[in-house]
Amino acid sequence: MSQFTQGLEKVLQGDYLDIILRGIKMTLELAALSWLLAMVIALSLVVIRLTNHKVAVAAVAGYVSYHRNIPTLVQLMLWYFGISSLFPYELQMWLVDQNAEFIFAAIALGLCQAAYFSEDIRSGMRAISSGQTEAARALGFGYLRSMRYIILPQGIRNALPSLINHTILLFKNTSLAMAIGVVELTYATREVENYTFLTFQSYLVCTLVYLFFSLLLMFCGAIFAKKLNKVYAR
Amino acid sequence: MLLNVIDILSQYWELFLIGQYPHGPLGGLVNTLILASLALIIAFPLSVLLAVARTSPYGIFRHPVTVWVYVMRGIPLIMIIFWTYFLVPSLIGRNISGFTTMLCTLVLYQSAYLCEIVRGGLQSLPAGQTEASRALGLGYFRTMVFILLPQALYNSIPSLISQFISIIKETSLGYIINAQEMTFAANQVNNQLLVKPFEVYFILAVTYYLLCFGLTQLAQWFERRIDTKRQGDALIAT
Repeated sequence: MSQFTQGLEKVLQGDYLDIILRGIKMTLELAALSWLLAMVIALSLVVIRLTNHKVAVAAVAGYVSYHRNIPTLVQLMLWYFGISSLFPYELQMWLVDQNAEFIFAAIALGLCQAAYFSEDIRSGMRAISSGQTEAARALGFGYLRSMRYIILPQGIRNALPSLINHTILLFKNTSLAMAIGVVELTYATREVENYTFLTFQSYLVCTLVYLFFSLLLMFCGAIFAKKLNKVYAR
Repeated sequence: MLLNVIDILSQYWELFLIGQYPHGPLGGLVNTLILASLALIIAFPLSVLLAVARTSPYGIFRHPVTVWVYVMRGIPLIMIIFWTYFLVPSLIGRNISGFTTMLCTLVLYQSAYLCEIVRGGLQSLPAGQTEASRALGLGYFRTMVFILLPQALYNSIPSLISQFISIIKETSLGYIINAQEMTFAANQVNNQLLVKPFEVYFILAVTYYLLCFGLTQLAQWFERRIDTKRQGDALIAT
């Protein structure tokens, strides 16, 4: 047991702690950036789909089905190895200077999660009665403004539980970025393990960090949902 | 570009489909499917037990399973792969292949998710089912096995199929620990060609897409069928 705690102390100090902390920072940055990207795209997809134009609906359905039926890892690899190779040479070089792994990981994860988010929000909005739209339009709101002020806020409230679940999924999926060489928490943990050979201890630290953030997200989600339900309760 | 894709396919379709099979280990799409099916077949009975424990009135069964489910849902699959890769050989005292590691990981991980699905199925049954069966003199165990589980499992077939799709997608992570499956095969092809990464990963993506899209359609078909059957039951009941 003392051997175990000694190992844990070794992993949790000096350079090794630095590596892990930088990994955590990278994981959080990646998660935050791709979450933002996903949310923006998801909201646009939802609005596009609601126009009920045949082509628009088909395009959004195609987008969603593409991103939901292909493994996230494959999407990451397709972006990082595949699509990047189609870019002009100068752009590729520029991206390499700008930490290309991180950018492509954020794009791939964001686009992928956007499909899930848009489905969550859409099914949340389906639960809203059409009277809401009609009332908003009757009160003089245009299409976009009735979306923005009336429909979307309610839709997001209905969709909250599954949005939280998919946010947790997004957070966990950032670990896939290690496969294309982003130095996030999992990658950092592997590094520490390679230097120290303290496999058990370094994995334990990593697992606890992931668990902490996931449980934090679940907890915040539960509190947020409770609050929203109280505010809007009638 | 399309010509390139056809070219790669006609040259490497065997590697994509079955890996190096006659001359080496089985791999490719076939192994992806075997891996995913085995994982589902082993994880499913386990998850039913877990679900029964998770809905059990006895805390001694309920609490450990709840913790297990939360832990499994809270950490990324890659971490569980690394844990299995490290722990299982040291527990059983000999090395295991990438395939076995991936299988163990998927069983552990999916048992938690499937458990939640079965639990959802159990809890969505009306309480009258339990009450009626207990009133007819069936004990807790027999109520579970003969009354509740058959209904809950039937209703959760669509979710089970979508979970199977998740498992298929998750097998792609086997690439990281060199398990022989389709993503691994695609990387082999890519390493041999070197100059056509987009085409290779495009083929990979399309293959996964066709497989999973087909299964999604199947899940939706089942869902409609179960809905009609439920409505029929409701009509008879009224």
